Amino acid sequence: MRVYVIKRILTIVPVILLVSLIVFLLIHFIPGDPALVFVGEDAAPGEVERIRFEMGLDQPLYIQFGTWLAMVVRGDFGESIIYQRPVIDLIWERLPVTLSFGFFSMLISLMIAIPSGILAAANQNTYKDYFFTFIAVLGISIPGFWLALMFIFTFSLKLGWLPAIGYIPLTQDFWGGVECLILPSTAHAMLTAAIVARMLRSSMLEVLRQDFITTARGKGLPERWVIYKHALKNAFAPTLTVIGFQIGAVIGGSIIFETIFTLPGIGQMIYTAIGDRDYPVVQGCLLVIAFSFVLVNLVVDLLYSYFDPRITYER
Amino acid sequence: MFFKRLIKNKLTVVGAVLITLMALMAILSPWLTTHDPYKMDFKQRLNPPSQDHFLGTDEYGRDVYSRIVLGSTVAMRVGFFSVSLSLILGVLLGLFSGYYGGWTDSIIMRIMDAVVTFPTLLLAIGIMAVLGPGLINLMIAIGVVYTPRFARVVRSSVLSIREKEYIEAARVTGCNNFSIIFQHILPNCWPPVIILSTINFGYAILWEAALSYLGLGAPPPTPSWGSVLSEGKDFMVIAPWLTTFPGIAIAFVVLGLNLFGDGLRDVLDPRLKE
Repeated sequence: MRVYVIKRILTIVPVILLVSLIVFLLIHFIPGDPALVFVGEDAAPGEVERIRFEMGLDQPLYIQFGTWLAMVVRGDFGESIIYQRPVIDLIWERLPVTLSFGFFSMLISLMIAIPSGILAAANQNTYKDYFFTFIAVLGISIPGFWLALMFIFTFSLKLGWLPAIGYIPLTQDFWGGVECLILPSTAHAMLTAAIVARMLRSSMLEVLRQDFITTARGKGLPERWVIYKHALKNAFAPTLTVIGFQIGAVIGGSIIFETIFTLPGIGQMIYTAIGDRDYPVVQGCLLVIAFSFVLVNLVVDLLYSYFDPRITYER
Repeated sequence: MFFKRLIKNKLTVVGAVLITLMALMAILSPWLTTHDPYKMDFKQRLNPPSQDHFLGTDEYGRDVYSRIVLGSTVAMRVGFFSVSLSLILGVLLGLFSGYYGGWTDSIIMRIMDAVVTFPTLLLAIGIMAVLGPGLINLMIAIGVVYTPRFARVVRSSVLSIREKEYIEAARVTGCNNFSIIFQHILPNCWPPVIILSTINFGYAILWEAALSYLGLGAPPPTPSWGSVLSEGKDFMVIAPWLTTFPGIAIAFVVLGLNLFGDGLRDVLDPRLKE
């Protein structure tokens, strides 16, 4: 077990290095001269060269990557060109918004997905099953941002129940903050719920076909027990992997949902930063998002080995 | 036999019908449009659905119905090109990775892992930032983002196929690596690739809409569903038909592809057979 945990943790090192390289190269190959962006279009002739030298942009690419990586390891993501402040500070300020959006979105989606996945599997090939299966396919087919727009139209503009845009920190006014988060979180949760429910249904079905379930039923356990105690526990491990991936998807989805609902989070910041050509911010956000995704998957894999200890012997 | 099993599932049939309708709409689009999708008419701005304009008109007085019909050709193009790209790249990488194993495998798969680490939309936006906006770049971005899925699926098929006796037989009869990979292994990898292509075709259409919404997609006046939708978002209160109908079009087509893909999976993937 301990060997497995250490091995698994070590596998993220090359991934993190590669991710950093991809982020670095992506930003490097974006057309436009960062030095020029920094000094502005109407700078003095020698100014651009001076900045380029100062920023180390005249160095070979691998040296630039090395210098940058050394900075990143120390938690220094550079300074925003637009805000003139350290990128790491900007990220810390906006992280709570994205985290609360992500938390509510995951919460809502699991509240929908787990019961409907179980219900569909427990009633396989009945109308209940077809109903949930169809709704779930519909859930992955509807464009999330379109659903968000329809939500705004229906619940804010027509019915006036919830605010269409804006954000109040939860620490400042908890219920006011929750009100602002309900629409974006629910709109995003539909997709996640559909994906998780589909996964849960199919892994439940696989488990329900196995011998120990027949045994459990045979010894006269109530069906409720068989489903929740025996089947669900075993079906949950593969579902957990999908949930892990969906946490990553929430962060990705934050770009579009934070933009629609004007939530001042990481997603909105990266989107405006791309438009503003504020590369240090784009770079920092990309890294933070990718790293957190790697970490989430690591945690999920370790949890997985808890749910299914066989995993630790196989590798 | 295969076909019979496929149509046994009613939802698969619904999916097939939706896909066929979409394909017909794209092929017959020159005859289905009732107005010129590009023609502006400022006397007819933001008209609600009526006898003349089935789905109303947009802010420039263009017929929304005709734009959505023509948009189906754009959606087909996006789906076809981005799936082809990720299919070619992914299948090649997966074949080499699975067949040669060792270092080739480690390097290719670690790169695929790193690519998968980025949320889909984020990586697509990153690539678009490098390539610049536009429909072709958008298709390239979506194609690259989905490459690892194909690579992984093909690799795992190859791993089991290369141990089969007929591969051994091919080697003994003097086939070189190239012909073993492409003539003996590849033809047996298709089932999961076909399933993935069907489903990713739908995802490509979804992401086109999302990227167009963020202003990175097809430049105006191209009537892609995503751009029709995003052009309408500022008029949601006075002209909700502008955002409603393209969204429904997207949902129906993607729904069709997903239902059909699920049906294919049930039939083609032996692990899920009853």
